[in-house]
Amino acid sequence: MNAQGFKRLALAAILAVAILAPLGLKNYGVYLLSLWALYAIAAQGLNLTLGYAGQISLAQAAFFGIGAYISALATTAGMSFWLALPLAGLACFIIGALIGFPALRVQHHYLAFVTLGFNVLVFLVLRNEEWLTGGTYGVANIPRPALFGLSLGGPLAFYYLCLALLVLMTAMFWHIVRSPWGRAFAALRDNPERAASLGISIVTYTLLAFAIGSAAAGIAGAAFAPLVEYIDPTPFTLSLSLAFLLMVVVGGQGTLTGPFIGAALVTLLPEWLRWTEGYYLMVYALAVMVLMVVCPSGLTGLFDMARRRWERSP
Amino acid sequence: MADSNIILRTEKLVSGYGATTILHGASIAVREKRITTIIGPNGAGKSTLFRAVFGLLPAREGKIMFRGEDITGSAPRALLRRGLAYVPQGRNLFGELSVAENLELGGVSLGSLALTRQRMGAVFERFPALKLRAGAQASTLSGGEQKMLEVGRALLLEPKLLMIDEPSIGLSPKLVGDVFALLTGLRDTGVSVLMVEQNARAALAISDDALVLQQGRLALSGAASEILDHPEIGRLFLGGGLKRA
Ligand SMILES: Nc1ncnc2c1ncn2[C@@H]1O[C@H](COP(=O)(O)OP(=O)(O)O)[C@@H](O)[C@H]1O
Ligand SMILES: [Mg+2]
Repeated sequence: MNAQGFKRLALAAILAVAILAPLGLKNYGVYLLSLWALYAIAAQGLNLTLGYAGQISLAQAAFFGIGAYISALATTAGMSFWLALPLAGLACFIIGALIGFPALRVQHHYLAFVTLGFNVLVFLVLRNEEWLTGGTYGVANIPRPALFGLSLGGPLAFYYLCLALLVLMTAMFWHIVRSPWGRAFAALRDNPERAASLGISIVTYTLLAFAIGSAAAGIAGAAFAPLVEYIDPTPFTLSLSLAFLLMVVVGGQGTLTGPFIGAALVTLLPEWLRWTEGYYLMVYALAVMVLMVVCPSGLTGLFDMARRRWERSP
Repeated sequence: MADSNIILRTEKLVSGYGATTILHGASIAVREKRITTIIGPNGAGKSTLFRAVFGLLPAREGKIMFRGEDITGSAPRALLRRGLAYVPQGRNLFGELSVAENLELGGVSLGSLALTRQRMGAVFERFPALKLRAGAQASTLSGGEQKMLEVGRALLLEPKLLMIDEPSIGLSPKLVGDVFALLTGLRDTGVSVLMVEQNARAALAISDDALVLQQGRLALSGAASEILDHPEIGRLFLGGGLKRA
């Protein structure tokens, strides 16, 4: 089987598992799966920024939070979720472009610093601007949406909404990355001269990738608000941004399936390692370090290695 | 030379990388609808001159005139729009993309897929060998065909002047001939060509004009045939007469 077919099969297998998985689970398990789907969307956005545009963003949690607050405030004020969702995406796209533009013009590593500062700033705004965000009290009673009169209020129905969003976003990323432009982009990134000779502005496309990546986090956040039904500023700190970064790196940056796997690990591993009590973070960190040493290209890289070895064996 | 048929001119151009100055006041003139070859020892600043002209390096002093207009400080994209194309040294293709997809990428700055497709048709007409392989991965082309694809891609923007850096590098002698024939074909349809070549003898043989660059300055210029016969040039490069080298 070629790499392309293998990728398709892997995606189909992930989808099949994702559809069937909640059927035997209790509410908490279904909630974790929903969280996984939303994290995977945000991780895919960051994957575009990191894996394809080669830029580190430390503000993915901030965009996730902005999306969540836009959705929470708009829907509690009576706006339809189906309007709030694209609105959150659009807002994060614009904000991403606005902070990315000066950062990318200055220097390559600048985006990491600017986004780091931005995440802190967003957290402070969410906490301190009580008139708008409710401050530490947060926003409560966030309604879950309905679709064509069908309520998506139950855990299972809401999970399938999250999954549908994930499938849609994955299709979009697939399209971007598989286009000739997408495939050329990574090659051009490290060769400004070559890009310039084609009239392609690396800065413009890097900015676009970052803005799209930020929008993905906004959309994921917009669905996160009705998932948890109550939000306050605490989830949207830098540590969630680092967790998103971890999902992409552990899963395998620049691959389509990597973020799914990374998001699953970051969401589920703490649950599975709960028996280790206080030590799970250490076990977790250790596992990540071992992986990075064995296979710097992440888990999908590890699978690729195994597949090639298996193909070579008679 | 009357200015009217000069397509590109640099006047006392000073440029380089960071604090390092490579071009120390290079003044060159390139005639329209001719093949002009720049020769010179390794490290003379030939590639640097291309980069400075194409807006990839700042012109710290001096002036660059293209088709009668001052283009000093212009960005590559603006230059492409004005009819200046640049094919850098080495391999510039996306090996895993098809021939057609590689061409399509050359049309990004046209901003219209329809126009790009139309121009691609013209490129395929000019280079039937590419049309035959349109769906093949670029990496499966021969070295000569790859250069042809790079040139074809540059032609997508219908340039007036094509700057090409060492097009024959890494090619077998037969393929070098093919690539040079392709360039004379371009000239005969009215495209001006400015190339840098290490393969000086073969390049000068198909060129109209020659420029000799040395230590970031123009050392000599003239008809290609004169330079080819110039005894001193022979001594400077290739360690003997060019004809005998
Ligand atoms: N990217 C770069 N950064 C710094 N110095 C460079 C760079 N590229 C070339 N140089 C230096 O500039 C000088 C001229 O290089 P170049 O223009 O490539 O010469 P040529 O094409 O005539 O062989 C050389 O001394 C080379 O080391
Ligand atoms: Mg050179």
